[in-house]
Amino acid sequence: MNAGEVSAVALANESLQQIDSQEGEIHAFVEIQREQVLRKAQAIDDGVAQGKNMGVLAGVPLALKDNLCQHGEVTSCASNILSGWRPPYDATVVSRIETAGVLIVGKTNMDEFAMGSSTENSAFGPTKNPHDTTKVPGGSSGGSAAAVAASMTPLSLGSDTGGSIRQPAAFCGVVGVKPTYGLVSRYGLVAFASSLDQVGPFAGSVADAAALLEVIAGHDPKDSTSLNAPAPALSSHLDDGVKGMRVGLCNELLEGCAPDMVAAIKRAAEVLSNAGAEIIEISIPELKLGLSAYYLIAPAEASSNLARYDGVRYGVRVDAEDVTAMNTATRTAGFGDEVKRRIMLGTYALSAGYYDAYYGQAQRVRTLIINAFTKAYSSVDLLLGATTPTTAFAIGDKVGDPMSMYQSDICTIPTNLAGHPALSVPFGVGDDKMPIGAQLLGPALSEQQLFQAASVLEHGANS
Amino acid sequence: MSSLPEGWDMVVGLEVHTELKTATKLFCGCANNFGDEPNTNICPVCLGLPGSLPVLNEGAVEFAIRIGLALHCVVQPSSFHRKNYFYPDQPKDYQISQYDVPINGPGYLDLPDGSRVGIERAHLEEDTGKTTHVGGTGRIHGSDESLVDYNRSGVPLVEIVSGPDIRSAEQARGYAAELRSILIASGASDGRMEEGSMRVDANVSVRRGTEAPFGTRCEIKNLNSLRSVQRAVEYEALRQIAILDDGGTISQETRHWDEDAGKTQTMRSKEEAYDYRYFPEPDLVPVVPSEAFIRQIEAELPPMPAQRRRELIAHFGDAATDAQLDQANAAVELNLDPFIVGAIEKGITPALALARTANELAGLGDDAMSLPKDDYIALLKMEDAGELSATQSKKVLADLVAAGGGDPKAVAESKGFEQLDAGALDATLDEIIAANPDEWARYREGDDKLTGFFTGKVMAATQGQADGKAVNAALRQRRS
Ligand SMILES: [Zn+2]
Repeated sequence: MNAGEVSAVALANESLQQIDSQEGEIHAFVEIQREQVLRKAQAIDDGVAQGKNMGVLAGVPLALKDNLCQHGEVTSCASNILSGWRPPYDATVVSRIETAGVLIVGKTNMDEFAMGSSTENSAFGPTKNPHDTTKVPGGSSGGSAAAVAASMTPLSLGSDTGGSIRQPAAFCGVVGVKPTYGLVSRYGLVAFASSLDQVGPFAGSVADAAALLEVIAGHDPKDSTSLNAPAPALSSHLDDGVKGMRVGLCNELLEGCAPDMVAAIKRAAEVLSNAGAEIIEISIPELKLGLSAYYLIAPAEASSNLARYDGVRYGVRVDAEDVTAMNTATRTAGFGDEVKRRIMLGTYALSAGYYDAYYGQAQRVRTLIINAFTKAYSSVDLLLGATTPTTAFAIGDKVGDPMSMYQSDICTIPTNLAGHPALSVPFGVGDDKMPIGAQLLGPALSEQQLFQAASVLEHGANS
Repeated sequence: MSSLPEGWDMVVGLEVHTELKTATKLFCGCANNFGDEPNTNICPVCLGLPGSLPVLNEGAVEFAIRIGLALHCVVQPSSFHRKNYFYPDQPKDYQISQYDVPINGPGYLDLPDGSRVGIERAHLEEDTGKTTHVGGTGRIHGSDESLVDYNRSGVPLVEIVSGPDIRSAEQARGYAAELRSILIASGASDGRMEEGSMRVDANVSVRRGTEAPFGTRCEIKNLNSLRSVQRAVEYEALRQIAILDDGGTISQETRHWDEDAGKTQTMRSKEEAYDYRYFPEPDLVPVVPSEAFIRQIEAELPPMPAQRRRELIAHFGDAATDAQLDQANAAVELNLDPFIVGAIEKGITPALALARTANELAGLGDDAMSLPKDDYIALLKMEDAGELSATQSKKVLADLVAAGGGDPKAVAESKGFEQLDAGALDATLDEIIAANPDEWARYREGDDKLTGFFTGKVMAATQGQADGKAVNAALRQRRS
């Protein structure tokens, strides 16, 4: 790009044309920034013409999840309560990708406030899976996954609280990465569950995902939970292979899965083994406790994080006779059912007299899971398992049954509780011809090894 | 000490919130300035905008530790919690505070009267915005509009919680006064109660006798001066005693002190109390100040009021009267003792320096602190040398403080102050003695109490131009 062989304007137009042809059917976006992206593309081309270095990702179109603050652009978290809100500041990841020359083409659809696994909880209607538009794209970052899967943009950003990047990446057949907690700044990511949320990339290839993660990773003084660690070198190690790496084929990330899913992951283990990795079957029973702990901790934090949507300062306000009534009317009208359900669940879990039995217990379980992972990583370098129990399910299938919807995150949640990194890489298709994602997990800051292994799986997926 | 009915005892604990004088707010870089144009010192963080995150201000940690050390607290590793409740001036609808592990654990405060009050904790938290209700009733319910200024949102506070060790309204006032003066001395706070930079809540209960278990307590809010602390505690204890004497029971509640009515009134009952749903703040990491950092703060801590009181009184030796001890306490309480010590060191008569500072300078409010010490000492030098009478000196002082300083000689001249000459004083005395023959006769027989009577008459007749010492000398001379 910086060599001037391709113009940014051409890339922007290509992306916008693909959006024009696909968006009507897929509905990946809640807002498209047509004029802004062309203006930015022209500025990049001008800079390149003057011999300037316009950034490592100069001219590459990217779709931004609607929960990442972008100065002056609508950031609504796909919620009525924030509809039309324009932040007066940029998220740190937004500043970083802008500096790298990325072209932000728009904001992508999502489950409201990132609460959901199918993008059906959006206030602006569901996103469809580009591989089969009767199927969900997964969630909550469904729009970001679908944008890449439908070739509308080569890159997108999402957020992963319990699997919200990896699960839609698996459903849509793209690469999705949940980095180590603290590796990517959360400043400007509208919070769902602060101790679990992490921003990460979607891409069509492992190499592209690595390039984007390298741009957004690294310490940010505006985020107190940001790690004081340099961004890991990923791109330069993609071809290092897995020779001598010990990979645990994790029983708990397979046992509840559909037979075609299990078969695919076992093939993935073979590919790694053929590339020189040592495959070790491993069981971590504590991972099964993850789901229930998650559905106390995440709603508890959410109940507090979402209190600010009270109609006083921004977003929607429904007037009433006094402040308390206005708060209630605003929140009743502004939030969707799933968000209300989780706020109530979380409020209850933190209430006097229940705190220890619910929130306290969940935190103890979280510690158990962390310890179990630590023990596992003393005998293996990485873990391998399914990203999801099944391939993408049909739109409408689970909306009436929250418990079954929650189950679709069972393989991804433990990683978030531990703060570890994990990624999903496409690995073949299921009996229904829908994409399957192989999930690789590692200890904190093991991104380099994860990407090495993912690269091997990517090359071996079709062999 | 207590003015309670025979057989009754009160149990009081105070919760004092003090704003820290940091340059910036607790979790963002906005200026921490009282009195600026509303909503000018704000940013995404202190407005609680979606996506914003707090970053702890190291300066606030240092100030909190200063306060902890000044109160003999255990300074310890700590963490933040969220205190959840809805209120329009609280932008996130939760307050970031400290809960189970405060930065300062148990300590104590010794009062000038010799009593010791335990400190349970002194923790860091953020302030809320400030709501003004406009029109209608002027309170949250029934006003036409409510305006919120978020300049105060996120200003660092330290909340100092005393043990239930206070046993009288006077002691409650004394505790608040001594704490205020410690806060000012530490440099962490300016202790201005009228501006709300120091706010006091009182937990008050009563019991029959000093050994009975504690009774049900009520929390009194809106105590905006030391005087209201004392009045409100006294009122509340008597209110509870009256209920119990009538065979009633006290219901636990939060009550509002109405300064004008001199009464406490129900704000919220226990049933209406918030469930704050505290949980660890996931956006912040624990605060673990190093031992070296704490020791450095300790080494740099200025002298505290108790020590300064001892040093001040030492200038008077054993001759200090009770009145002078009270004056010394008052001066230290208001952080005016450096004026006294400075004057004494420049050779001013100690009793004069003490009296003028504790009585007159102290009465001139917060502006007194900003008077240049040298101007003050120059004024006392004139009075000490007899160039100005006490009355003249006080008038010059008021002008100097109002002007923020100046040359006392020039001020005295501009006011036409000259010392009364001896002849004029003699003539005035002649007239006064002639007009008050009975008093003069008693004075001549040795009734010294009448000294004040004649001095007062002379002062009135000369509009304060006479020098009190010269009048005394003249009176004594005529008697002998
Ligand atoms: Zn601010």
